[in-house]
Amino acid sequence: MSRLLDVNDLKVSFKTYGGEVKAVRGVDFHIDEGEVLAIVGESGCGKSVTAQSIMGLLPKKVSRINSGRVTFNGKELLGLSKKEMQKLKGSDIGLISQDPMTSLNPTMRIGSQIAETIKKHTDYSRSKIHDRTIELLDLVGIPNPAERYRSYPHELSGGMRQRVLIAMALSCEPKLLIADEPTTALDVTIQAQILDLLKDIQKRLGTSVLIITHDLGVVAEVAQRVAVMYAGVIVESGEVEEIFETPNHPYTWGLLKSVPRYEKGKHEKERLVPIEGSPPDLFAPPAGCPFAARCEYAMEICLDQMPDPIKTSDTHQARCWLNDTRAPNAKDFVAAGGSDV
Amino acid sequence: MYIFKRVLTMILTIWVITTLTFIIMHSIPGDPFASDADVLPEEVLENMRAKFNLDEPLPMQYILYLKNLVQFDLGPSIQSETRDVNTLIADGFPASAILGLQSLVIALVFGLLLGIIAALNHNGILDYAAMAFAIIGISIPSFILAPLLINYFAVKWGMFPVASWGTWQHTILPSVALATAPLAIVARFMRSSMLDVMNQNYIKTADAKGLAITGIVIKHGVRNALIPVISFIGPLAAFLLTGTFVIEKIFAIPGIGKYFVDSIFNRDFPVILGTTIFFSTILIVTLFLVDISYRIVDPRIKLTSRGE
Repeated sequence: MSRLLDVNDLKVSFKTYGGEVKAVRGVDFHIDEGEVLAIVGESGCGKSVTAQSIMGLLPKKVSRINSGRVTFNGKELLGLSKKEMQKLKGSDIGLISQDPMTSLNPTMRIGSQIAETIKKHTDYSRSKIHDRTIELLDLVGIPNPAERYRSYPHELSGGMRQRVLIAMALSCEPKLLIADEPTTALDVTIQAQILDLLKDIQKRLGTSVLIITHDLGVVAEVAQRVAVMYAGVIVESGEVEEIFETPNHPYTWGLLKSVPRYEKGKHEKERLVPIEGSPPDLFAPPAGCPFAARCEYAMEICLDQMPDPIKTSDTHQARCWLNDTRAPNAKDFVAAGGSDV
Repeated sequence: MYIFKRVLTMILTIWVITTLTFIIMHSIPGDPFASDADVLPEEVLENMRAKFNLDEPLPMQYILYLKNLVQFDLGPSIQSETRDVNTLIADGFPASAILGLQSLVIALVFGLLLGIIAALNHNGILDYAAMAFAIIGISIPSFILAPLLINYFAVKWGMFPVASWGTWQHTILPSVALATAPLAIVARFMRSSMLDVMNQNYIKTADAKGLAITGIVIKHGVRNALIPVISFIGPLAAFLLTGTFVIEKIFAIPGIGKYFVDSIFNRDFPVILGTTIFFSTILIVTLFLVDISYRIVDPRIKLTSRGE
């Protein structure tokens, strides 16, 4: 598998009246062709900002990409001109946005909104664009696509609108699909349908997917690899099994303990444990590990210094001092609570 | 069905306006012949009153007036011996309408453009310049702007006629003077509406599709931003179409506004009523057209006679 997207040391900040918010503080990850990577994290941890800076969608006036490289298909994206970026957006990289209720133009027929993308990136004839749009609506499971072409967004349900947005993102067969919380705004039964659809499309078309979510259920469902993000940095990343079976970062432990689990043969009630405290202030992020203040296992060094990623397998790494070989009683810490997750 | 109900409501509204105007008008002290009362003998005054049905009791006058009104006859003018109210309006309205339509076009075209430019340069120099212009436009009354325009464009630079009515050139200065304030209001309206729309998620979607910024602004921005502005266009159109007395007076335009104002001073009852009804009708019809145009711009709006 060849590398499709490589993000290195990405730093993004926002100018506000209160000062500079360091939303993304040095993020590294990559996606191979045909792979699904999930970025997980709580609200405000910088996951959407990361996704939007890849596509150059951040508002130019208030945001600044301070450093980093985003290499897509061998091409550096951050220095690209507006024109070049426009060529890429919608054709090579498709975006499925967070809120299907507000992400479609309310005064334009959905068919035209999809057709618009195809028109921009291909030189198809009118009738071919029309046929392709209907084919896409059919692909994402919209009944009577030929009639639905003429519908306005308000005539569709949330799930249907999300399907339209997926069709729109897929219209030019992108190499990379960025799905920014694609199921957050939908109710549970529809969530499952949309995830199935995404999985199915990913398998059929072999598209790489970057899925942004705060829902570990979604991660387990669709992703092959996971990056756990906290306060603008990726604290742990690895294959899905590694993250769920042998997590190496206390934040990941906390995340896993805060969602209900079902195990066969186990009937006693289990309490959900929330992560105490709140994320650090990103106006002045702490010098050490951003999670230290909320971490039960924090050591002195955690407050002073952020560890580099420590690898425990070829694919699995975490930024936590507990994994350092010099940490004296890492095993005890894990025995005390970590292995329980 | 919707249209039928609307037309009924419109007729009802006009009837209410007529009645109210009739009552208010007759509660003003004085009568049309007050200035002649000293000069003319009582018998002559009696005859004149009788001619205009003023000797009848008020309810009778009201019924007689309504009877004529349903036949689209607005009655004779007391002041003018040769022309009845229908003719007055027919003579005056074309000038007022041309002036109004031209101002409306100027106000809309330039107001919307200015608003869009300001919004796209949010907090930039063009934004501040446009809004400064808008504030000035709103603050300067037309009766100050009009003489200024005349002084420079007509007297000093001789580009346009000073006043009066006739050729196309005559219409320019009054139209501009009349359009400036509404233009500025439209610009401010459009700016805030456009700012709001450009922050919507669907604009981000359009951006993520790789569309060029002009395409995004025109296809996705302007149409949605127009929706709140349309509600302002209705009353504005009516206001501009029915002529404004001040501008017509300054430029000596034979419009309808003059009769309206004069008739009140002269207690020319039929003209007061006639012009009021005429103005109201235009206002009501314009509002009706605006409601229909909403449906065209915003597909979410369904025209039904009952709220759903």
